[in-house]
Amino acid sequence: MKLTTTFAAALLAATVMSGAAAAKTFVYCSEGSPEGFDPGLYTAGTTFDAAAHTVHNRLLEFKPGTTETIPGLAEDYEISEDGLEYTFKLRPGVKFHTTDYFTPTRELNADDVVYSFERQWKSDNPWNKYVAGANWEYFNGMGLPDLLESVEKVDDLTVRIKLKRPEAPFLASLAMPFASIMSKEYLDKLEADGQMHLLNQQPVGTGPFQFVAYQQDAVIRYKANPDYWNGKQKIDDLVFAITPDASVRYQKLKAGECHLMPFPNSADVEEMKADPNLKVLEQEGLNVAYLAYNTKIAPFDDVRVRKALNHAINKEAIVEAVFQGQATPAKNPIPPTMWSYNDAIEDDAYDLDAAKKLLEEAGVSSLDMKLWAMPVSRPYMLNARRAAEIMQSDFQKIGVNAEIVSYEWAEYLERSKAEDRDGAVMLGWTGDNGDPDNFLHTLLGCEAVGGNNRAQWCNEEFNSLVMKAKEASDIDERTRLYEEAQVVFKREAPWATIVHSLSVVPMRKNVEGFVQSPLGDFAFEGVDLVE
Amino acid sequence: MAVNTPKTADETVVLQGEHSASAIRWAMLAEFWYYFRQNRGAVLGAIVFGIILLVAIFAPLIAPHDPVIQVRGAFLKPPAWQAGGSWEYILGTDAVGRDILSRLIYGARFSLFVGLVVVTISVTVGVVVGLIAGYFRGPLDTFIMRLMDIILAFPSLLLALVLVAILGPGLLNAMIAIALVLQPHFVRLTRAAVMAEKNRDYVMAARVAGASRMRLMFRTILPNCTAPLIVQATLSFSNAILDAAALGFLGMGAQPPTPEWGTMLAEAREFVMRAWWVVTFPGLAILITVLAINLMGDGLRDALDPKLKRS
Amino acid sequence: MLQFLFRRLAVLIPTFIGVSIIAFAFIRLLPGDPVQMMAGERVISPERHAELSQQLGFDRPIVVQYLDYLGGIVTGDFGNSIVTKRPVLNEFLSLFPATLELSLCAILLAVLVGVPLGIIAAVKRGSWFDQSVMGVALVGYSMPIFWWGLLLIIFFSGVLQLTPVSGRISLMYFFPPVTGFMLIDSLLSGQAGAFKSALSHLILPTIVLATIPLAVIARQTRSAMLEVLSEDYVRTARAKGLPPRRVIGLHALRNALIPVVTTIGLQIGVLMAGAILTETIFSWPGIGKWMVDSVFRRDYTVVQGGLLLIAIIIMVVNLLVDVLYGLINPRIRY
Repeated sequence: MKLTTTFAAALLAATVMSGAAAAKTFVYCSEGSPEGFDPGLYTAGTTFDAAAHTVHNRLLEFKPGTTETIPGLAEDYEISEDGLEYTFKLRPGVKFHTTDYFTPTRELNADDVVYSFERQWKSDNPWNKYVAGANWEYFNGMGLPDLLESVEKVDDLTVRIKLKRPEAPFLASLAMPFASIMSKEYLDKLEADGQMHLLNQQPVGTGPFQFVAYQQDAVIRYKANPDYWNGKQKIDDLVFAITPDASVRYQKLKAGECHLMPFPNSADVEEMKADPNLKVLEQEGLNVAYLAYNTKIAPFDDVRVRKALNHAINKEAIVEAVFQGQATPAKNPIPPTMWSYNDAIEDDAYDLDAAKKLLEEAGVSSLDMKLWAMPVSRPYMLNARRAAEIMQSDFQKIGVNAEIVSYEWAEYLERSKAEDRDGAVMLGWTGDNGDPDNFLHTLLGCEAVGGNNRAQWCNEEFNSLVMKAKEASDIDERTRLYEEAQVVFKREAPWATIVHSLSVVPMRKNVEGFVQSPLGDFAFEGVDLVE
Repeated sequence: MAVNTPKTADETVVLQGEHSASAIRWAMLAEFWYYFRQNRGAVLGAIVFGIILLVAIFAPLIAPHDPVIQVRGAFLKPPAWQAGGSWEYILGTDAVGRDILSRLIYGARFSLFVGLVVVTISVTVGVVVGLIAGYFRGPLDTFIMRLMDIILAFPSLLLALVLVAILGPGLLNAMIAIALVLQPHFVRLTRAAVMAEKNRDYVMAARVAGASRMRLMFRTILPNCTAPLIVQATLSFSNAILDAAALGFLGMGAQPPTPEWGTMLAEAREFVMRAWWVVTFPGLAILITVLAINLMGDGLRDALDPKLKRS
Repeated sequence: MLQFLFRRLAVLIPTFIGVSIIAFAFIRLLPGDPVQMMAGERVISPERHAELSQQLGFDRPIVVQYLDYLGGIVTGDFGNSIVTKRPVLNEFLSLFPATLELSLCAILLAVLVGVPLGIIAAVKRGSWFDQSVMGVALVGYSMPIFWWGLLLIIFFSGVLQLTPVSGRISLMYFFPPVTGFMLIDSLLSGQAGAFKSALSHLILPTIVLATIPLAVIARQTRSAMLEVLSEDYVRTARAKGLPPRRVIGLHALRNALIPVVTTIGLQIGVLMAGAILTETIFSWPGIGKWMVDSVFRRDYTVVQGGLLLIAIIIMVVNLLVDVLYGLINPRIRY
C-alpha cells in the first residue's frame, strides 16, 4: 500500500538522519487523551495506560494475563498471623528516571513508598491538595483511609503497612495504578521550586518507559528507561497516537501507522481476523452487565418472579445484536477470568414456558414494570437501549409489560441507588483489582444497599460468606467461600446476569510479547516488534 | 418609483380608494409568480421540495419496509446495483438490517417537521420581540439588542449543543435549542424594518385615523416587512435542518433508532470504510432537501422585492 | 476614530458581562452532578460527596460563585477542568493554535478563491461560468459539512490513499512546538519532509471547513460587484473610455469589497461552529473537539470557560471587522 511504503521509507530515512542504529518505535493508537499523568488522581483506564503502566511501578504487580499478584518493587513480603501487618522488602538498586527535567541522586528506598501513600492519605501532607479538586479517587474508593492504620519505614529497604482489620483483598489493591510509587526526591524538588503542578505533567517513576513529551489530544512520547530494573525494553521509543475514532484507528492499523489498537468497532473485527497482516487477541473483560431487580419491592421480593424473568432473557440475541458476537452470556456475577469462578453453576436457560410457569406459581398473571436502560455506551454494555428492547419484546411474550426508561447518565446513577426505586435497573461493573471481593462484596453486600448494591439485596447467608472471605488470607479457603457465595447468588437471583463483554485487541502480525490483561490494561513492558 | 409605493392592499385602498382589496392582492400574487417563474432554479427547487413534502406525508404508503424493525439476516447489504445487493433493499441496509430507503423516506418527516417547528418558533418569537424593540425604542430596545448580541456572540452550533445538553438529548429539545439560536436574526430584521417603516406616511395616516398601537404594529407595519422575513425564514428552514442533523450527528439530537438523517450518519460513521452506502445516502438526502429550499429561497427573494439584488 | 473605538468598547463590556452570566448560568443548569459523573458507577459516600463539592466550590451561594469566577477571569483564571484538574486557560491556549491554524487556512482559501470567483462571475454575468459558479456555491452552503468531510475521507484517504486520515502531522516528526502552528514549526524544525507532512494533513480539513465560507463569500462578492457595476459612476468611467480592467480593479472593486469585508468577518462565527464538526471528523486536536468532549463529560468549568473564551474571540474579531469596515468605507466618518 502506498502509505505503508511511504511511511516505512520515511521512517528509515528519519532513523538514518538521526544517526541511531534502527531505533525501534512502537506506536499505540490510543482511544483518548489521558486526564493527567499522576495516576493517583484519576480513575480512567486511558489515563492509567498513559501514566501508570508506562512510567511507574508498584509494590506488587499483576502477573501478565491474570489477576494474581506477583512481586514488583517489593521483592518479598510477609503477613503477620493476625493479618494486620504487612512487611515489604524492597528491591535494591532500583533507579528512578533521569530526564531533561530531573536527575535523581539516589535509588528507590522506603521513604518513596511511604510518601507515595501519605500524599494521598494525610491531609497535612503538602501534596494532598496540590491541584484544585485533587481527589484521590481510588485511594478513597478502595476504602484505604478506613483500612490503613499506618505506613512506616522500618529501614531503607523495608516498609511496614498496618491495617485496622484483616482484609485479604488489600494486596490486590497495592497492584493497582493509583498505588504507583513516586520519587520523594522529585516531589521535594518540585515543592521547593514552587512547581508542584508539574507532577501531573512531567512524571518521574521507575517504570520501563520514561516520559518525553505530550502534545495535548495528539501524541504522547516515551523512551525506554535504560536503567530499568527488569531489563531495558526492546522497544526504544514508545508513541501513543491519540485517535478517538475507532474506524480511524483501524485505518491506521491497516496502513501500518500503528502497531496496536484498543476498542475496535465490533463490525470491523471479522475483517481484522481475516487480514493476513494483523492478529487479533480476544478475552473476556473483567466486567459484567446485569439487570438488578429491586428485591425490596413486590413482586420482585419473590424469588420465583425474579427467576421467571431471568428465564425470559435471550442472552444470545443480545450478544449478537448489541455486541456483534463479541460477548459471552453471563451466568455468574464475576467473569470467568477471575479466580474462584464457579463453572459448575448452571445458568437460567432462555425458556419462556418455564418463565410462564414460575410466574403462575408466584400468582402473578400480568405485570407492569419499568426497565431502566443506560443512555451512554459502557464497556460492559455497548447499547443498553437495544438490549432493553430485546428484553422488552421477550417479556411481552410472558405477559410482562416493560416500559423502557432512561435518564441522563449522572442522574441515572443517582436515581438507581434509591431503595424505593421502581423497576429493574440495567447496569454493569468493571473490576478494579481482580479480586472477587471487588464484585461480590462491593455490589451485593449488605453494606452496599442504598449504594452500589442496586438490587437492594441483603442476604444473611451470602453476606457472611463474603465477609469471611474478606478476612481469610488463605487463597484456597477464600476460593471455597466465594464459590459457595455464587451458588447462593444463583439460587436467590437478585440480578439477571446478562453478559461479559469481550475485550478485543487487534495488532500487527509482527508484535510479540503483548499479553491481554483481564483488567483491560494496555501495558507495553515486554513487547517487541520482530521483522 | 415614488417613495410611498403602496405595498399592501389595505394601504392601496387608503391611498387610492379604488379597486377592491382582494383584486389588488391577486394582482400582486400574479406579479410575484411571474418573477418567481422566471427563475428556473427556484422552480426546480420548489418542485423538489414539493416531492419531498409528498414523500414525507405519504411515507407509510411509499416506504417498502418498516424503518425501525431489525432484520437479522440482512446486515449491511449493499445497494441493489452492487454485487451482493438485492432489489428488496434498493439502497441497501444498515448495521442492524434496516432498509435505508425506508429510513430515508421516514426521515423526511423528521427533517421537514424540524424545519417547520423551528421556523415557526423563531419567527413568532423573533418578530414579536423585534416589533417591540423597533417600535418602542429606548432602554427596552437597547436591552433586547444587547441580549441578541450576546446570543450572536456564541457560535450557533456550540450554543445549541450546550442548550441541548441542559435540556437533555432528543429531537424536541434540539428544535427548541436551534430555534432559540436562530431567532436573533428575525429580531434584527423585524426591528430594522419597523424602524424604517415607522415614520412613513401611511403609518402616520393610520395613527391619525386612531389606530391603536397593537394594530399599528401588527396590522399596519408588519405586513410590509414580510418580504425579508420570508426570505430569512427559508434560510432558517434550511439552517434548522442542517443544525438538527449536526446535533443528531453529535449524538445530541434525535436518538436512535429514530430515522433522522443526521442520527443515521452518526450511526454510520463506524462503517465509513466498509459500507459507503450507509454514509452517502443520508447525507445526500440532507443536501438535496437543503438545496431545494435554498433555491426556492433565492427565487423568493428575487421575486418578492425587485429592489433586492436581482441576479 | 478613537471616540468610535471607545464607544464600541463601552458596548462590549455589558455584552461581555451578559455573556459571562449566560455561560455561568447555563452550566449550572446542566443536569447531572459532576461529582457523581467523576465517580462513575462507583458510589461515593455522602461525606466524600460533600468534601468534593466543597473543594470544587459548589456548595457556596451562587452569586458568590459567580463573583469569584468573574474576579478570577480578570486575572486570567478561568478555573480548572474537573476532569484533568488543569487550568482551563492553559488547556485552551495549548489547543487553540490548532483551531486557529485551521481556521486561518480555511478563511484564506475561502477568500483567495471566493472573491475572484465572485468578481469574474459578476463581470461575466449570465454566462455559463457565472451560472456554474453560483450553482456550485449554492451546493456548497447547502452541504452538511460533517457528511462532506466523511465523503472526502472515504475518497481521498480511503480509495485514493493520497491524504492521511487524521492528526496534524505524521508521527515520526517530533519537534517542540514554538508557535503552535504546525506549518511554521515544521519549517523551523528543519526536518526534511516535515512541512510537506503538515501540509498534507491540513488539506482535507481546510477544504471541508472552507466550503461554506467560500460559497457565501463568492455569492456575496458577486452581489456586491453587480450592484456596484450598475452604479452611475462606473458607467461614467466606462464612458470615459477607461479600460475595463481599470474600471473593475480601481473603481468597482474597492467599493464592492466593503460589504464583502463584513461578510468575511461574520464568517468567523461560522468557522468556529464549523470547526466543531470538522475537528470531530478529522480528530483535529483543537478547541472545537475539546468543547464537544467537555459537554459530554459535564466538565463544567471547561464548558463555561471555553464558551466565554470563544465568545470573547468572536467579539474581538467583530470589533476589528467594524473598525476595518470604518477604515475602508469612506462614507463612515468617526
